[in-house]
Amino acid sequence: MSRQKQTPMRQQNPQIRIHNFDEVPLGYSEEEAMIEAERCLQCPTAPCVQGCPVSVDIPRFIEHIKNRRFSEAIATIKETNSLPAVCGRVCPQESQCQGVCTLGIRFEPVAIGKLERFCADWEAQHGGATHQVLPTKEQHVAVIGAGPSGLTAAGDLRKKGYQVTMFELFHVAGGVLMYGIPEFRLPKEIVQREISALKAMGVKIELNKVVGQLYTVDDLMSQGYDAVFIGTGAGLPRFLGIPGENLNGVYTANEFLTRTNLMRAFLFPEYDTPIKVGKRVITVGGGNVAMDSARTALRLGAEESIIVYRRSEQELPARAEEVEHAKEEGVKFQLLTNPVRFVEKDGAIAGAECIRMELGEPDESGRRRPVPIEGSEFVIDADTVVIAIGNGPHPLVPRTTPGLDLTRRGNIVADPDTGQTSREGVFAGGDIVTGAATVIQAMGAGKRAAVAIDHYLQEKRAGKE
Amino acid sequence: MYKILSKRTLGPQIREYIVEAPEIARVAKSGQFIVLRLHERGERVPLTIVDADTRTGGVTIVVQEVGKSTREMGDHFAAGDDILDFVGPLGVPSEIENYGTVICVGGGLGIAPLYPITRDLKKAGNTVIGIIGARNKDLLFYIDQMDSVCDELIVMTDDGSNGNKGFVSNPLHDIIASDREVNRVWAIGPGIMMKVACNVTREFSVPTVVSLNSIMIDGTGMCGGCRVEVGGEAKFACVDGPEFDGHKVNFDLLMSRQRFYHEEESCALERYLASEKKEEGALV
Ligand SMILES: Cc1cc2nc3c(=O)[nH]c(=O)nc-3n(C[C@H](O)[C@H](O)[C@H](O)COP(=O)(O)OP(=O)(O)OC[C@H]3O[C@@H](n4cnc5c(N)ncnc54)[C@H](O)[C@@H]3O)c2cc1C
Ligand code: FES
Repeated sequence: MSRQKQTPMRQQNPQIRIHNFDEVPLGYSEEEAMIEAERCLQCPTAPCVQGCPVSVDIPRFIEHIKNRRFSEAIATIKETNSLPAVCGRVCPQESQCQGVCTLGIRFEPVAIGKLERFCADWEAQHGGATHQVLPTKEQHVAVIGAGPSGLTAAGDLRKKGYQVTMFELFHVAGGVLMYGIPEFRLPKEIVQREISALKAMGVKIELNKVVGQLYTVDDLMSQGYDAVFIGTGAGLPRFLGIPGENLNGVYTANEFLTRTNLMRAFLFPEYDTPIKVGKRVITVGGGNVAMDSARTALRLGAEESIIVYRRSEQELPARAEEVEHAKEEGVKFQLLTNPVRFVEKDGAIAGAECIRMELGEPDESGRRRPVPIEGSEFVIDADTVVIAIGNGPHPLVPRTTPGLDLTRRGNIVADPDTGQTSREGVFAGGDIVTGAATVIQAMGAGKRAAVAIDHYLQEKRAGKE
Repeated sequence: MYKILSKRTLGPQIREYIVEAPEIARVAKSGQFIVLRLHERGERVPLTIVDADTRTGGVTIVVQEVGKSTREMGDHFAAGDDILDFVGPLGVPSEIENYGTVICVGGGLGIAPLYPITRDLKKAGNTVIGIIGARNKDLLFYIDQMDSVCDELIVMTDDGSNGNKGFVSNPLHDIIASDREVNRVWAIGPGIMMKVACNVTREFSVPTVVSLNSIMIDGTGMCGGCRVEVGGEAKFACVDGPEFDGHKVNFDLLMSRQRFYHEEESCALERYLASEKKEEGALV
């Protein structure tokens, strides 16, 4: 064991993996996990636990791994995190648990995310404990949206004995985990495994149900649901607002990724949904969504995949591992650059006219504001463009629920500790409240809302008696 | 799973299905659509709701077999079979009120979505003139249905094989140019037909509603693939429409975007037809 360096995780060779959609990191063996667990100092302050949005007892689960008690390790994680196989793979550990790891002050922090993933995968292989569900109560909760926030709220409420029905507009549950995050980063089988576990607990999932179109929140309340949780996410794609954005060949990241992940366009024509990727693909943006799009483009056959981002490398909001993987795979980074117009040829996209940027004074986010350098315009040729500059709140539920307070941007206003909205019995959490954030934050919100809904329904019950 | 209650052939490669979807049938309004997916490997196909029966829970759709999925549906999905996914109602309903005199223009498959709107406009008290047309008489359908909800119905075919010879825009122009007062026009059909119809009505400043069938994935405002340009602004056909002020729509962009996957669509169709042939051969 080395105190300085993390135990590396084996991964697919970049030259090979850019031609397939299989998962990139291959996981730790039991021995590797135990070696990595050995690095943990078991420091009494355990800053990592505070760094975790759902306060997983990290030192305890790592101690279990160290002693080859894998089933105790996963049980420890699952006390507070119901989707460890997902979180181990997609959480921004470097800005959470690992970012504050005591070992990280001098050396590389403990690879907490990789260990979490190991535990979840170990459980999947060895068969884990089933969840305990309390005797079924009379009261019924509707959960709208089957993303991480909704799934977490549903699971926690079901464990407490409530009847739970989820409503999801897509033909599968999982939210961004299914339609957004690519297979090579989060195999869909893993997401579906988690969802099967929820169903086995008795959570009902109604697919193909668009709330706001088929029925409203008020309709659900009058159908007899005692409380509603809204976890409908940030599904509304944003645009740059520059000329040429509607040209053929300009995709939103949502469309690009939905076609590929949810509709499996990478298997066209075996699957019926097509996708069109040219030789040179530009992805605009610097977050996880942009990295996912740029890496997907390579796998769909692009010869060159270029990220265009208006700030510098330091400000890239993506997970560090994603940036690293993208670079290994040959994704190019055109930093401090912003498109001003898309160039057309025969009705389709031919390139992006960009302008170079420099960093000026810090803005409200604390990051230095990018300012265009006058006269620095140049054209990058491209036959496909993916716009990955963020998503706004999905508007259907907010728009059709009278009395629901919204922010200026259209997000639902909810108490951060309880998810309580301006409407009695209506709770909300995840990206629909915070704006596009992270899986773990959405889960945390689902968890807190489940506690608050439980309180609310207990009071309601007491009031009736 | 959503059961097909009935299937009927309206013309060569045009079929009407009634699909059991009681929740949708209960709330569907004219102008709205559904998205269906036939099977696990299927694509999401948007189709207009032609009729909804709250009693039987049936939702009527009309499908023209132009691509692989619609062909497959025609060949392999019969009454009693199940469709895997059926989502709706999607989109904003038509604005039905008593405008006075309304002309409802439908071209080709556009006659299907036009029918419920025409019916509801008639119910709302309008004087309704229907103009429907197709390339030839075989491709015309719903003539009787349209006739039963119009005060006057004009039938056109490009080749004159039924009704008058010419395009639907010809009588549209004649009526509007005459001294009859026309308060509003609905025009639904291929992009080029809607574009020409709008050019006619723009000249006489008659407000015109069109229904845009752009390429869609989710149908709920999440992918942006369906975006169209209306009054210089990007709009999502699935949630802001599908109906828009026809005088503001950029039809050239609509048509160009509709053709984007032409190559892939032909490839999928050819592959499908080839595999069908093989199967047929195996059966013989
Ligand atoms: C490409 C991509 C990559 C990402 N990578 C990461 C990452 O690496 N790490 C990380 O932590 N986070 C990542 N994120 C962010 C993370 O996925 C989200 O923050 C998280 O999924 C939010 O969860 P949620 O439950 O609030 O919403 P979502 O996951 O968006 O789920 C909302 C669900 O509600 C459904 N819905 C919406 N409206 C309705 C309606 N009217 N009726 C019925 N159902 C409805 C939607 O279909 C969806 O299934 C990524 C996001 C994207 C798009
Ligand atoms: S179909 Fe996806 S936004 Fe309209």
